Order: sequence, then structure tokens, then C-alpha cells
Amino acid sequence: MKSSAVRSSVLVAVSGVVLAACAQGTTNDDGGGGEAVAFDPEAELSGNLSIMGFGLTDEIGEVRYEAAQEALGDDVELSLVEGDLDIQQFLSAVAAGDPPALVYANRDQIGTFASRGAIIPLDACIEGEGIDTSVFREPSLNQVTFNDSVYGIPEFNQVQITMANASLLEAAGLGIEAVNGSDWEAVTSATTALTQGNGGSLSVIGYDSKLPEFLPLWARSNGVDLLSEDGRTAQLDDPAVIEALEFAVGIYDQQGGFGAVKAFRDSADFFGEGNQFATGVLGAMPMENWYVNVLNEVSSDAPMAFDSYRSMDGEPIAFAGGSAWAVPAGTEDTQAAACRFMRTMTATDTWMEAAQARVDARAEEGLLFTGLLTGNAEADDRIRSELMTEDAPEPWASAIDAIYEANENSFTFPANPADAEFKTAWQDGVNRVLNGQATPAESMAQAQEEAQAALDEAWAEWDDDQE
Amino acid sequence: MSASTSTTPAAAGRVPRPARRSGGPARRPGQRATDRRELRGALLFISPWIVGFLIFTLWPVLYSGYLSLTDYDVLTDPEFVGLENYEQMAQDPKVRLALWNTFYYTVLHVPSLVIVSLGLALLLNQAGRSAGFFRTAFFLPKMTPPVAVGILLLLLFNGQNGLINMVLGWFGIDGPNWTTDPDWVKPGLVLMSLWAVGSSVIILLAALRGVPQELYDSARVDGAGFWKQTTKITLPMISGTVFFIVVVNTIASFQTFTEAYTAFFGSGNTTYSNDAALFYVIYLFRQAFEFLDMGYASALAWLLFVIILAVTVVQLKVSKRFVFYEGEDR
Repeated sequence: MKSSAVRSSVLVAVSGVVLAACAQGTTNDDGGGGEAVAFDPEAELSGNLSIMGFGLTDEIGEVRYEAAQEALGDDVELSLVEGDLDIQQFLSAVAAGDPPALVYANRDQIGTFASRGAIIPLDACIEGEGIDTSVFREPSLNQVTFNDSVYGIPEFNQVQITMANASLLEAAGLGIEAVNGSDWEAVTSATTALTQGNGGSLSVIGYDSKLPEFLPLWARSNGVDLLSEDGRTAQLDDPAVIEALEFAVGIYDQQGGFGAVKAFRDSADFFGEGNQFATGVLGAMPMENWYVNVLNEVSSDAPMAFDSYRSMDGEPIAFAGGSAWAVPAGTEDTQAAACRFMRTMTATDTWMEAAQARVDARAEEGLLFTGLLTGNAEADDRIRSELMTEDAPEPWASAIDAIYEANENSFTFPANPADAEFKTAWQDGVNRVLNGQATPAESMAQAQEEAQAALDEAWAEWDDDQE
Repeated sequence: MSASTSTTPAAAGRVPRPARRSGGPARRPGQRATDRRELRGALLFISPWIVGFLIFTLWPVLYSGYLSLTDYDVLTDPEFVGLENYEQMAQDPKVRLALWNTFYYTVLHVPSLVIVSLGLALLLNQAGRSAGFFRTAFFLPKMTPPVAVGILLLLLFNGQNGLINMVLGWFGIDGPNWTTDPDWVKPGLVLMSLWAVGSSVIILLAALRGVPQELYDSARVDGAGFWKQTTKITLPMISGTVFFIVVVNTIASFQTFTEAYTAFFGSGNTTYSNDAALFYVIYLFRQAFEFLDMGYASALAWLLFVIILAVTVVQLKVSKRFVFYEGEDR
């Protein structure tokens, strides 16, 4: 081998490989202002409607998609880029001046997209197409409302409830109220009673406080939100947040530390018959409502107990999440069709059709329909009263009650232009404590600084653009 | 995001250096025209590559240099901010953390990979007829997608029920929580990276096969044993190839991304972003595609470029003392 050849090839490789990763296109000049689009519920529509981030994974999606296609008429051709919204793909499409007609995103992404002009306000669409926003749950709408304009049409609602292994509770002489979060001392005692292990090796996790992701829940339980109502001020170093974090981390410390609990949790067959509840290796945890369906489907005989997750004053609370439809800027030709599509997908009647399909599918499989949280309060109420059985067996009846109770008592963070940075800051803050790298007070002080800096910068850019 | 050693270099088959010309034969009449014609032909044949290089490598490289001087979120036009991104980088503790993690990983990964792949190549070189089977067997894991390797890491190195700790347990060793204890995350990733050692083994094996047999025959006549033959003949004769592997894998280590991102930042672990696994390119990627700060990400890319360039230049300088190129005057 020639040394000179090696040297030159290495240098070329170094230059090319490192920097090619940063290749970017130029941005679309159209900031989204565009020409005015007429929205009319009676208008005949045509064209191609490309949708990014949505998939036909179940009957709920399929039925609504068919209804939307019918509402749009045969002259509108729908095309899907299935799977979760790929931010890299979406941004590349926008930068290349070829954005999709619609995106299906997490609601907490809407503020960031809106502040940067990637998606358009939907006020004209809502008014013109006659979308009734009063039926949407307020926290869901709050998450997609930025600067007093609605930028996304919300759908689905995920909420947390308390799930527990009834056999383990009974063996420890405990009831579900000991682990529903309303009494932190009771949770601490229950953790001690339920945890089993030998030295550094766990055989039963007594209580999983689900950090870092559920810190907002623990903090709200203690009376404070991580972000102010206007979305401009982080409140991560609030004493109530630090107290909540100390408590939730302490739950792990009681069981040998977060590392041991997480490693044991990761080794479980979370979605299968060997899940933690079915195999009796988890006492209790707060968890999102969709997991009730998993448990009901794969281990319906598991000895479960359910309750709402409750704040310190005993009231049910849940930190809601969900999806939203949004229309990218620079899509004037397809905005009328996109608006009709969103209206149909989230209309009460469409949800009822989809829920009926779910009821039929579950009945065919001999499974219980445990409900559907749509983000549309009217649809939720009708589904519960018209399509759900009143004599569901226990423990599933308790699960359904807890889910709907949580749905009525959920909260969210307001839309803001730096949600990703804010979320990273508080989650990194929690992780530093879980890893033993900092105390809760030190770590959340750092998180506060990082989060506030990101919020200040993003809001300053937004405010400058508005002037 | 990462370089690969899978492209077989010229290292495997050494090209004898042409004899140096000193007052060579006089040029034939018309030689210059022939040369020019040949040059045109050569350029024509490689022009697709040149065009690709200009469009897909050089232009992005230059454009990223421009972007590194801007505030650019992809969605709106870049705004020139001078050296602000570089100033921010100097004050960003996460950059220091990511660099430290990346250096730490590189220092552990590269020697481990060279030692393991060299050991396996030496064994394979002795394997006789079964060498073909083992060559394939060693290379197969390289075909595993890096994302799958990241998932495998979480399963094999699970501190409570993972296979690695189970095996350690047979020897009375209480294994650590590899995937959740910050002190053990990087060693775990290094061990897992040896999963894909196959391509380096193949390259080294090719180099070993190229060492002239007569050198070993002479050494044996002089009474040299296996160790002496390895240190005095084998290693010097394949030093060029070893150096290539060191350089390429150093670059790949600085750019390590997929396995660690999948295991500690991907969809299964969206909320448990472990600082111990925050490698430089992961931090760069998050800035670009999670926080939409493409200007800052471009500046980060340029810093990485400079660091890799500097390290590579040092390696090239140092190599002059240790690397033997056949046909080269020492």
C-alpha cells in the first residue's frame, strides 16, 4: 500500500463524510402567507392530497379515512406517507418547497411548527368549513392554540390511570387507594411492602413512579405545573416540583435505585402474555389508558385493580397527550380539501362510526370494548352512553370508570415555540437525579436555566417577527 | 452517519511501487497528444463520480460552512450571525460532555477492535479448509442493521436479566447495570461494537495472506517461533493495513451514532436520554432535527471535522515511525 494514497484517501474521506451530514436544501420562500383560500363545506373539490404521519393501522383509522375520502369526493386522490411523523422528512419536504398537504403530528409539536411558520393558522378553515371547536376537550385545544389562533385539529386523548396487581396488593394487606397517588406516605409504605428482591437483584417492583416521563403528573399532584399558563416561564425549580421529584425518585431508591428498576422493567415482555402484571413482578404504576387494552387482550385473567391517578387532594388528574392535524404552509392549492378532510376525520358522527367498527371487531374476537378517547367530548360521551356495555366485568369496569374520570380531569402544557428544548431540559434534569449525578435541587436549577433560556430565545424570535 | 470499514482498501493487496525514474527514456514523438487523449478519456469515465462529488459532497460541505455562520431553522431563511454559533459552542457544557464521551469511546473502541480483529484474523489464517466458513461466520454480524444492534445491546446487557450478566454470574461475577449505570454505559457500547468486527477481520486476513511465505520459512530456519514470527514479520508486513483500520475506525468512532441513539435516545427510550451516551453526533443530530437549530448543528459539524482532521494528521505523522509500506524507502 502506498502511504501517499492512504493519506490522501483518508483526508478526502474525512472531509466528505463528516460534512456531508449537514447537507441542506434552501428554504421555501413562501412563509405561509399565500393567497386567500376559500373554505366552503359545499364546494366541489379536486386534486391530490398527500398526508404525512398517519397510518391505517386499525379500524378506527380505516373507517374515518374512508369517511373522509367520501366527503372529499372521487376527484380528490389521497396518498399516505405512513408511520409516525418523521420530522427530518417533513422539514426536508418543506425546505424543498414540496410540503405535504396535511401532517399528523403530536400535539406538543404544534407550537414549534406554528412559531416557525411551518404550518398555517386554521381560523379561516374552521370558520369556512364549519368545524365545531366547542366539542373538543379544552386541554386538547389548548395544546394546539398558539397566539390565540388554532393551528391544529386535535384528536385522541391519552390519559394516565393507576394500574395494580390485585393479588400482590392483597398479599400485602393493601387496597388500590394505597397506590393511587393521593397519599404519598401510603405509596412509600406500599412500595416497601410490595417490593421483593435479593441484594441488588429485584424479583418484584413494588411501585414504578414512571420517571422521567410522568414528572408533570407528580408535580401537578403537588399543586404546580412545570410551565406557566402563557407558555413563557419554566417553573422547574419550584419547591413543589423539587419535592415531587424527590418523592418519585425516592420510590426508586427504596427498591435499589432507578438503574435496577429500569433494567428489570426493560427485561419484561411489556406487550405480551408475560407482561409484568400477568407474571406478578410489578405491584403498581400510573400508566396510560391504552395499556388497559393491551392487558385485556393478552392477559385478561391477570389479577388487576384499577383506579384513577389522584392528586394529593384525592381528585383524579391526568397529563393528557394526543395527536393533531395541521396544514403546512405553501399548500394553497390543497388547503380547502385538507380542511374538509380534518373536519370529517374529527366529526362526532365519524367517531361514532369508527367506534362501532371497534365494538364489532372486539366482539368478533370475544374481547371487551374498553372505550375510545377521541379528544372530542361530544363523541366521548356518545360512545360511552351508546356503545359501551353497562355490565362490563371487574376489574375492567373499574378501568373504564378510571379512564373516563381521568379524561374529564386532564391537563396539558400550553403550546409554545420551544417545546422540544423545554421537554429535553426537564427530562435531562430528572435523568441526572435518577443517575445519581445531581441532587434534585441542583439538577432542576440547571434544568430551569436551560429551559428558560430556550423559551426566552424562541419567544423573542416570535415576538420580533410579530413586530 | 458513520464511516464503515466494509470498503476493501488497496491495503489488502499491496501495489508494488514503480521504480523511480531518473533520466528515463526520451518521450516518443506524439506522446503528449496520446497523454492528453488518455487524460480526456479518463476524465470522461470518472466524470459521473466527479459530478456526484461536486453536487452531493463538495457543495453541501461548502454550504454547511455558510450555514454554520447563520441562524437557520430549515423553515425560514438563514440569517447571518457571524461567529455566534462558534461562541455558543465554546460555552456549551453539553458540547464538552459530548466530546468527552466521544473521546472516551474512541480510546476504548479502536484498540479493542484492532486487537480482537487481529486476533481473529490470525486464528483464521491458521484455520486451513474451514477458514471460508469462519470468514462468513465472522462477517455475518456485520450485516445486522445498526438499529438492531442497539436493541440487542439493551437485551444482552440488561443488568438484571441480560445474557452477559448471566454468563458473568457463572464465574461468580456480579455484573453491573450496563444500560442504566452511567459508569458502565460506554464500556457496554464498546463491547457491543465488537459485534461488527467482521469487516476488519476480513481486511486483515487478506493482508495476512499477502505476507510472502518465504519470509516465514527463512525465520523458521533461523529458529524463530510463532511469537517471534508474528512480531518481527507478520505485524510489520501488515502494518499498513492495521494503520488503515485504525484511521478508518477512529473516524467511525468519532461519528458513532446509530447504536447509542437507538438504545438511549430512540423511540423506546424517548424519555431516558442518558448523558453517558450523549455522543457528539447524537448531540449534533438533536440540535438539527429536534431543536431545528441547523446553523448551530452545522457549526458543530465543522468542529468535528477539524477535530477528526487534526487527529488523522497526527496519526499520519506518527505512522511514519511504525508503518511499513512495501517498496517504500525508509
